[in-house]
Amino acid sequence: MKFTVCIKQVPDVYAPLQIKNGELSLDTDRMVLNAYDASAVEEALVLTEQHGGDVEVVLVGPDKAKETIRKALAMGAAKGHHIHVEDNHGLDSAAYAAILSAFFKMNATDIIATGKQSQDTDSGLAGAMIAAHLQVPYAANAVGLHIDGTDTLVVKRQGDTGQEMIALPVPCLVTCSNDMNNPRIPSLKGIMASKKKPVDVHTLEDLGLNLATVRGAVKTSTISYQEMPSREAGRKLEGDTEELVASLMNLLQNEAKVL
Amino acid sequence: MSSILVYISTTGGKIKRSSLEVLSHSRAQAAKNGLELAAVVLDSNATSFTETLQKYGAKTIYTVSNPIFKSHLNAPVTQALLQIIDKAKPRVFACASTEGTKDVLGALAAKTGGATLPDVANFEVSADGVSALRPVMAAKILSQNNASGELILISVRSGSYDASESPVVSQTVDVEFSPADFPAVLREVISSAGDKVDLSEATVVVAAGRGIKDDEGKKLVEDLANALGAAIGASRAVVENGMFPATAQIGQTGKVVSPELYFAVGISGAVQHTAGMSNSKVIVAINKDGDAPIFQMSSYGLVGDLYKILPLLTEEIRKVKSA
Repeated sequence: MKFTVCIKQVPDVYAPLQIKNGELSLDTDRMVLNAYDASAVEEALVLTEQHGGDVEVVLVGPDKAKETIRKALAMGAAKGHHIHVEDNHGLDSAAYAAILSAFFKMNATDIIATGKQSQDTDSGLAGAMIAAHLQVPYAANAVGLHIDGTDTLVVKRQGDTGQEMIALPVPCLVTCSNDMNNPRIPSLKGIMASKKKPVDVHTLEDLGLNLATVRGAVKTSTISYQEMPSREAGRKLEGDTEELVASLMNLLQNEAKVL
Repeated sequence: MSSILVYISTTGGKIKRSSLEVLSHSRAQAAKNGLELAAVVLDSNATSFTETLQKYGAKTIYTVSNPIFKSHLNAPVTQALLQIIDKAKPRVFACASTEGTKDVLGALAAKTGGATLPDVANFEVSADGVSALRPVMAAKILSQNNASGELILISVRSGSYDASESPVVSQTVDVEFSPADFPAVLREVISSAGDKVDLSEATVVVAAGRGIKDDEGKKLVEDLANALGAAIGASRAVVENGMFPATAQIGQTGKVVSPELYFAVGISGAVQHTAGMSNSKVIVAINKDGDAPIFQMSSYGLVGDLYKILPLLTEEIRKVKSA
């Protein structure tokens, strides 16, 4: 079975950041492999180790994003595809989905896996968009995967109530939660080996696209950024247990009136 | 007349509160823009919800009744919603952001070509389209986004608006639906004990964090939840260590909840967790570390040992509830 995992390079969302004149500025320019995509890579590696097959990764982004492809190769993926778009500023989920769908039309695979969302924007649209463009069955928010027989991927999906077990015939697409595994840390050997692994570079033109048509696929725009309004801290109570509980009961009943 | 079409999610024979919140806000937006408010409900017995939807001001109610909607599967939901969107031709399609709608929104966007803003914290409709605020960067930042075009799709985080009634005379349109032959098959739904009360719908939530260290602590959380009639939530830490089921996880990668009353028990308040509960009305935090960030956002913070506080608190709440 061949897995192709769509990966994205994202800013380190846990690094300190600031807003200046509505623009977001990160204190470090550290870019990382999207954590949800890392879980998708991990799961693809585990399943191919068990059942045979290969894992390839595909990334849309600028030159700098090569390091993120290398990270996935160091984890154990066999090959990378870099769809080179130097100026990816302002591309939305619809644009990424259009590019990746064009890629998969020329580079068939059995199972497309990706993160359920990217850590920076948390949109969670691209996976289902690609599946819809390619007309393949999909499931989102997988917390577990296994392969049944020769041509069925069984997805355990976290739903609103309970977990749904969904059988998808290949070819299919799955989006992965970071709750399904802990992605491996590349070993030194893995890192050395990754340098020799092939990375095919594709231009938009190679895929029958160009930057103008891709920009034409953009349907939404980000106007500005602002701080998340913080909740005001209420009362902090200290004291012995009896006092704490008595005070809280009084506040819940007589001030908040929620009991 | 063009419309705002609200997709209504149901669970266990009831409309989700989060859907009524979206419907209520959409009603105001429709009135402001001279649009009609329409609703669509997919359920094994969809017509049973028309009375409620009428109370909340839905002028046209599309009902699609089919046993296939008893459990969630993305393909039939997508097929039915595409059918209704094609029929109603709304200007804006809105829904509550749930695991169910997250599973279909991207496909609807690709199939309709509609501009899509998922998981918004608020939205305004105007002649130019929709503008919305979305939490991004691990919910540390809000981004102001615009969408324009003939059709705009949005999903709204629960707790963003209040649900309010405003009855109208509605017309109901029962829509014939023949499910296609879908390649994907739902084999089973695995429910855990925590599913008894739907977490994202609960009015009271007791959530456990790293401060719950053992079965005794877990029992204390369950006792408090029972006394309150609350749903049990959890931070990622205690889901990962297997103490609580994945269904209970609240936060950036889990559920978003917005109850009237939220107990954060032994939860430090990392942004990954608070992203999922900051819309709660009243937050009670119990933590022995007085510097825990959860105290920056809690209505009432108790600095102390939860193993001592919970038994007494549960006892006091039982007294009040039985009075």
